[in-house]
Amino acid sequence: MRWKTTEYTGWGRALRARADLARPERQSALARITAQAPAPAIGQLRSYGDVALNSGGKAIDMTRLDRILGFDEENAVVEVEAGVRIGDLGLAFAARGWIAPVMPGTGFATIGGCIANDVHGKNHHVVGSFGQHVVEITLLQQGRRRRLTPEKTPDLFRATVGGLGQTGVIASAKLRLMPCPGDMMVLTERRIDGWDEFLAMLDSSRANYTVGWIDATAKGARLGRGILEEGEITSGVSPTRSRAREVPFDAPQWALSAPVVRLFNEAYFRRVPAGGRTTVKPISAPFFPLDRIHNWNRLYGRRGFHQFQCVVPVAEAPALRRMLERIANSGLASPLAVLKRMGEGRGGYLSFPMEGYTLAVDFPNRPAAVALIAELERMTEEAGGRIYLAKDALTSPERVRRMYPEHEKWLKAVTRADPEGHLITDMVRRLKLRSA
Amino acid sequence: MAESWIILGGTSSMARAFARAVAERGCAVFLAGRDMDDLKATAADCRQRGAPLAEALRFDARKPEGFAALIARLEREEGQINAAVFVGSMPDQAAIDADPALIDGVVADNFTGPARFLQMLATVLEARGGGTVVGVGSVAGDRGRLGNYVYGAAKAGFHTYLSGLRNRLGRAGAHVLTVKPGFVDTAMTWGLEGMFLVAPPEKVAADILRAVDRRRNVIYTPFFWRWIMLIIRTIPEPIFKKLSV
Repeated sequence: MRWKTTEYTGWGRALRARADLARPERQSALARITAQAPAPAIGQLRSYGDVALNSGGKAIDMTRLDRILGFDEENAVVEVEAGVRIGDLGLAFAARGWIAPVMPGTGFATIGGCIANDVHGKNHHVVGSFGQHVVEITLLQQGRRRRLTPEKTPDLFRATVGGLGQTGVIASAKLRLMPCPGDMMVLTERRIDGWDEFLAMLDSSRANYTVGWIDATAKGARLGRGILEEGEITSGVSPTRSRAREVPFDAPQWALSAPVVRLFNEAYFRRVPAGGRTTVKPISAPFFPLDRIHNWNRLYGRRGFHQFQCVVPVAEAPALRRMLERIANSGLASPLAVLKRMGEGRGGYLSFPMEGYTLAVDFPNRPAAVALIAELERMTEEAGGRIYLAKDALTSPERVRRMYPEHEKWLKAVTRADPEGHLITDMVRRLKLRSA
Repeated sequence: MAESWIILGGTSSMARAFARAVAERGCAVFLAGRDMDDLKATAADCRQRGAPLAEALRFDARKPEGFAALIARLEREEGQINAAVFVGSMPDQAAIDADPALIDGVVADNFTGPARFLQMLATVLEARGGGTVVGVGSVAGDRGRLGNYVYGAAKAGFHTYLSGLRNRLGRAGAHVLTVKPGFVDTAMTWGLEGMFLVAPPEKVAADILRAVDRRRNVIYTPFFWRWIMLIIRTIPEPIFKKLSV
């Protein structure tokens, strides 16, 4: 196998790595690489920070192992290679009446990445996290093939789901799909005028898919205003798909400066009529709103950006409000800010979800934003919440330990699975996740 | 109408992209090659994407004694039979310089193996009065160059063979398309020095299928390689022999 030396980044582009990448196109080649030169796997690089980076080391690019290996209709179980993109899987089966129970915010994420980060979707409060619908994982450990299931290998399974790729290379997996009436979504959008109303609406929403967009620049009485989106899958005929657009180059700094963001957010808020509206769209639109703009991360310029995402327990909602105040007063937020109610479902020791509210906000990579995020992390910890490792580029080893009480169990399983540390990545080094 | 595609060299990423594209059109797919596990995985994928039938078959360009069984399997299918040849190998020119015996394998993989198979298939297509043959060659076959002239020579032989086959099968209503890809982002080019304008395999597959529909004779993919190769071909030999392009 030839190795290609190249520089690559996570989605946030704030951190970079130079590494040797192999890109096997067959399972036999993958098995050979993991036996001869074990290295962490990477996918479409949709995690934001350094989950997939391995500076000065090696990594295995899984994107060419992207086949659907079979579908057992009786049990609704589909078997896929780890490099299949979740959006492709979702769309391929939705027209046939089946859908992946969990769809993250981008359809470009690979199945391997969805498992290793135990991602969640807009219906987390109903179905839980991605890993909870995985029935089997085929894991390669230095050329040795192992089949993990939640029943027979519960410990290694829970260390692999949300486990940041540290137990082995995920070669393929079996997922349980959910029946669905079609590949369209009825989407109801309504304006929300402030924080308290937003929480009340999220709490009382009966929809399967619920997510809130927040205007993170609004202050005072308008703090927490935004748009609540509620969706249900339905049948119908898709209109012709609109073409994807592309951000062709790194945008200049002013592109997401405070006045531009304020203007954009005002317009985005008013896009939805005061009385709300209901539309029917192909499911890809509400599931993956930003996928239609390829390389949108370039809008933040070459320095990249950070996404802060935390979850806090329901009772700590006031702490979340204080965080939003800090963000609004800072003038640093970008248009992308999301508020959601989370259920308790989680599939692994290092999984992010907990019952509560989750807030995600993008910030351009500037010193002031880095300082603000540190402050937000502190407030999250105080509230008994945690931050999402798939988004992180900044936090500290100590904080992660306190936020992830099952870290020790994960560490024990990982130490057995990869005793020589072949699978260690930049994030694992930065957060000292593999040391006791 | 039922249509079947046999895809030789079915483990290559270009072949995989092409197989998916014809599967989505509802064609039966036969994937032929050596790595049976890999071919079975691609066949399963094709079934999920719409192929009513997808099978993995053993094919080794260097073992023509196995070709008759393949032809027999295809003859069991009703309707139009098409073939796409993605077989090929490109060892380092330096390795060939050190061991000239490697030339035989390169010629068998890129030219004589596929040609012998197509020669047998040609009579079937003539008998059925139709069908399409796609032969994937290479821009490297347009002119012998320092870096890969044995590979280029084998591809040039294949191009000439395909043009003759087109001449023959055209009389029976069957069509032959010669495809000359430039640099494609595959395992063959991964990590090689000096790659530029590298095309994804899905783009090449889409170009091929469009050319099949339009019954084109020879295409370059991506299209601009036609102009690049026009320049390369027009450089006078006294100058060309001193270049290392």
